Amino acid sequence: MKFVDEYRDPALAGRLLDEIRQTVTRPWVIMEICGGHTHAIMKNGLDQLLPAQVELVHGPGCPVCVTPVETIDRAVAIAARPEVIFTSFGDMLRVPGSVSSLFMAKSAGADVRMVYSPLEAVALARQNPEREVVFLAVGFETTAPGNAMALLQAKREGLTNFSLLASHVLVVPAIRGLLSSPGNRVQGYLAPGHVCTVMGWREYEPLAEEFKVPIVVTGFELVDILAGLLMVLRQLEAGRHQVENQYGRSVSREGNPAAQRIMAEVFVVSDRAWRGIGVLPASGLVIRDHLAAYDAERKFAVETIKARESELCKSGNVLQGLIKPDACPAFARECTPEHPLGATMVSGEGACAAYYKYHRTSHA
Amino acid sequence: MHNLNPEDFSCPLPIMEYETIQLAHGSGGRLSAELVSRFFLPRFGNETLNRLEDQAVVDFPQGRLALTTDSFVVDPLFFPGGDIGDLAINGTVNDVCMGGATPLYLAAAFIIEEGLPMATLHRVLLSMEKAAKTAGVRIVTGDTKVVNRGCCDKLFITTTGVGLVPAGVNISAANLEPGDKVILSGTIADHGMAILTSREGLSFASRVHSDTAALNGLVDRMLHASPAIHAMRDPTRGGLATTLNEFAASSGVGIMLEEAAIPVRPEVRGACEVLGIDPMYVANEGKLVAVVPAEVAGTVVDAMRSHPQGREAAIIGEVVAGNRGLVAMRTALGAQRIVDMPVGEQLPRIC
Repeated sequence: MKFVDEYRDPALAGRLLDEIRQTVTRPWVIMEICGGHTHAIMKNGLDQLLPAQVELVHGPGCPVCVTPVETIDRAVAIAARPEVIFTSFGDMLRVPGSVSSLFMAKSAGADVRMVYSPLEAVALARQNPEREVVFLAVGFETTAPGNAMALLQAKREGLTNFSLLASHVLVVPAIRGLLSSPGNRVQGYLAPGHVCTVMGWREYEPLAEEFKVPIVVTGFELVDILAGLLMVLRQLEAGRHQVENQYGRSVSREGNPAAQRIMAEVFVVSDRAWRGIGVLPASGLVIRDHLAAYDAERKFAVETIKARESELCKSGNVLQGLIKPDACPAFARECTPEHPLGATMVSGEGACAAYYKYHRTSHA
Repeated sequence: MHNLNPEDFSCPLPIMEYETIQLAHGSGGRLSAELVSRFFLPRFGNETLNRLEDQAVVDFPQGRLALTTDSFVVDPLFFPGGDIGDLAINGTVNDVCMGGATPLYLAAAFIIEEGLPMATLHRVLLSMEKAAKTAGVRIVTGDTKVVNRGCCDKLFITTTGVGLVPAGVNISAANLEPGDKVILSGTIADHGMAILTSREGLSFASRVHSDTAALNGLVDRMLHASPAIHAMRDPTRGGLATTLNEFAASSGVGIMLEEAAIPVRPEVRGACEVLGIDPMYVANEGKLVAVVPAEVAGTVVDAMRSHPQGREAAIIGEVVAGNRGLVAMRTALGAQRIVDMPVGEQLPRIC
């Protein structure tokens, strides 16, 4: 398959691995922010192939994982209303809230539907004028423009029965939060290629400068990740700390201005709670006041939600790169994909799920 | 996608009072009788079925009987490469022959939603007739029920099959032994992706077709090459990964696969990439995976490749003593990863 096969070429990957082995002279800790990277790293077993001095830690870039329990609880409460058709991307459906997930709500009678695009939810609103259609808008800057576009489309069509339950998060404030933490061990970053397709990499430049860390915008195939790691390692070994772009086929420094405009038209930056991490300043997006009619949180009053988290779950530490998933005492014991205690075990991009799925042998 | 088939024109839609199925078609009265005599008997008619007794009484050779049943609830009813009709025949034929048995007779039960167009039912029955003929099996008894609109989704079909297991054949998921080779009959994920892409209306994936096919001819050829086959299954729902996990668990052994040896058609792989789905977990309807002793593996693969359903047969891995109950895969770069049982439905990722 064109544009995929060449980035999965084992011979090229082998040469990059050799190059990495020759480049590395001492131990380094590198974080991949994005859950898509974590998934690809585990699927390809890159952690087994890299030299022992290179430690990869997995970042908080899994939108499913960092969506607060409160949001899931709110989603379940809204979905339970008889007039509501509740729509969501697939992997949010299984995430456990305090007492229920959207899947459980569905089997209890709620009209919950999986969609591939928020525009499908707009179409549902058009076809079902007597129902209220709500789309669970989660994700980083990658999904925010599409969700913003869906809202604007509904507005243009004069649909009054469409709204977003928005829970968007931003990458740069998360990296800043991690780097500012006293426990930080990370010396270099793979920046998320898809987010940068939208946002470009300009906003990473002050981070690299202030915290003296190399940051490389990286794609998601085997060869991309190895090339991105090699670029970070060369900078670390040479004592450089710049923003570089490995994912040139998709990402420019400015990003996608049209997508950024549409995001700004609908959303405004605000403080946000991250599941497992806590509140990070200016790290989320909320719907602008003049579009409140399309904001499910304001449209459907939900009684005070008392969110409860599992006491065993260490996903907060996992999301901050402080521990590896299999260092959590509940990993593959009380906590499995069938009975997840935290969201990191649910999503395909969650670090715990990736460890469970691909590398249980090393632990079991 | 389908060539025009002259046979299809020789079976025009029978003329009926109603254009759609009525509740009365399931009442047991005159309309029921008319539905059976005009729609079902012309398609499946044979001397056993034509008797319209409450049960089929058939001759059965001496030996061990293989018996299976399966329900088909696919949406949409018609998809690229097949429909619920041939699926209902092939699926049950395959379940019978995966035990090494020769399929002989089928029973078919139809649950029809009120309002289903007669033309739709006719099209499904034509396709079942053709599939049964191809597989060489006879439908000897059946049942139809009509339910209120909304009580089922258009049409559900349950087929039950019986077959004869030849002497000397002993096939079971519990028979795997370290050193055995794992053989796959062809590409994976064609059926599931055909369903998913037609359901989602992905126009770029129009070349993805279901692989629905009866495998009894292929199995026959394999058993002639070597009756020593240890285990055999058609990896339907849950895909190849699920079937191999079942093998590993039943036999208490490990399975090591070679990633590069597992064939996936480029257009199927493309659809999987776009939807974020792993082809290892996607349903097949015309493929089998067999585990055989290493010394006969080459002979069995050669025999499979001489059959149209096994042209792309290949050894994809082997049974190992370690990692009991686990399936693992060696990547092209030499790393290993677990190929786990799926938790539930595969859920497309957000980004």
